[in-house]
Amino acid sequence: MCLAVPGKIIVITGDSPLSRMGKIDFSGISKEISLAYLPEAQLNDYVIVHAGFALSIIDQQEAEASLEAFQQLDDFEVGL
Amino acid sequence: MKFVDEYRDPKAAKKILQAIKSITTQSWRIMEVCGGQTHSIIKHGLDQLLPDQIELIHGPGCPVCVTPLQYIDKALAIAQQPNVIFCSFGDMLRVPGSEHDLLSLKALGADIRIVYSPLDALKLAQQNVNKKVVFFGVGFETTAPTVALAIHQAKSLQLDNFSVLACHVRVPPVMEALLGAKDNTVQGFLGAGHVCTIMGYHEYLPLAERFNIPIVITGFEPVDILQGIYLCIKQLEQGRVTVENQYSRVVKQQGNQPAQQLLQQVFTIVDQQWRGLGEIPQGGLAISEDYADWNAENQFSVTTINTQEPSECRSGDVLKGLLKPEGCAEFGKSCTPEHPLGATMVSSEGACAAYYRYRPHG
Repeated sequence: MCLAVPGKIIVITGDSPLSRMGKIDFSGISKEISLAYLPEAQLNDYVIVHAGFALSIIDQQEAEASLEAFQQLDDFEVGL
Repeated sequence: MKFVDEYRDPKAAKKILQAIKSITTQSWRIMEVCGGQTHSIIKHGLDQLLPDQIELIHGPGCPVCVTPLQYIDKALAIAQQPNVIFCSFGDMLRVPGSEHDLLSLKALGADIRIVYSPLDALKLAQQNVNKKVVFFGVGFETTAPTVALAIHQAKSLQLDNFSVLACHVRVPPVMEALLGAKDNTVQGFLGAGHVCTIMGYHEYLPLAERFNIPIVITGFEPVDILQGIYLCIKQLEQGRVTVENQYSRVVKQQGNQPAQQLLQQVFTIVDQQWRGLGEIPQGGLAISEDYADWNAENQFSVTTINTQEPSECRSGDVLKGLLKPEGCAEFGKSCTPEHPLGATMVSSEGACAAYYRYRPHG
């Protein structure tokens, strides 16, 4: 039920905070999604989408940091 | 897909698995809270790749599973009324009520629509002013804000042919109830990543301290889940207790503030029945008085429906982590996804349905 998927904002329409909409690209399929809960979202941001709403902007730095964390998982711990 | 593929990388998964094996020195029981995580774990067989000492317990985080039978019966009663368009997320349609399910009512001619978003139901109300459009609002704190906005917009537009049958549930109170139970065996939690996307994780700090239990906010892809398990085991092995955030690319400690504000405005925290678990103090959200005109329970006479659960289904024990699906005598015999006895077999996020789909069974 809490399934949410990442997508990229390619168009933003609407002015008032609660009616702002974004066209989100999910690897080639696009859909109109409410940006009511992400007033700070901008074009080209990657967002997490659930039930027609963008809920969070994906933090690229954090994403890279976590990928790096398990790429470099302590070799000594892994025993390599 | 960016932000998906890298978290399904078998090489990264293998590396984390090796790290888990190297730090595990004794038995640990970890509960993943969210049904989406359960689905991912069983689909990818992650539990079978872990060291034997680590047992994953599948938690109650499946809203479809824990929606009380009386709300299914209320939904069925409303959907049968003339002039009603009843809208729901798809996974509620096959949940059995006392006599029918929504899908069989639809086959009999009721106007029941599957929608992707509560805003789609709102649009239907605007397009069908002579019909009453009712949305079945089910789900955790991830979903409740999407329903809150639909209710708020209906009030702003004075759209009086729209209403919501709301049965939303809150995650931290049920974690507290599980930890406080005499038969609790959970030693660490993987927190539900998308619930925390909305709510943040400040609510978990006192919980971790009071029950001396590590909580790792965790995502949903296989590598996310393995990393969450690794961080949890590391805390347990080192005797540390803290709240960690594996899913930091999406979850911030303060959560999504605009969503929390509207949630507080439209809903009130209430004690709530959870299917299989009983009443959870402060475990639910009801539509607040300010929005009472958009509460379907006030528009339709369903407040007297108060159905009791059938006794043969042991989904309550499954939801508490006391019973694995294949340990139930009815599993795969009288209880299948085609003819489910209880909700953990209906929803694809229910532990029983996940085991039935992905595990060999006799």
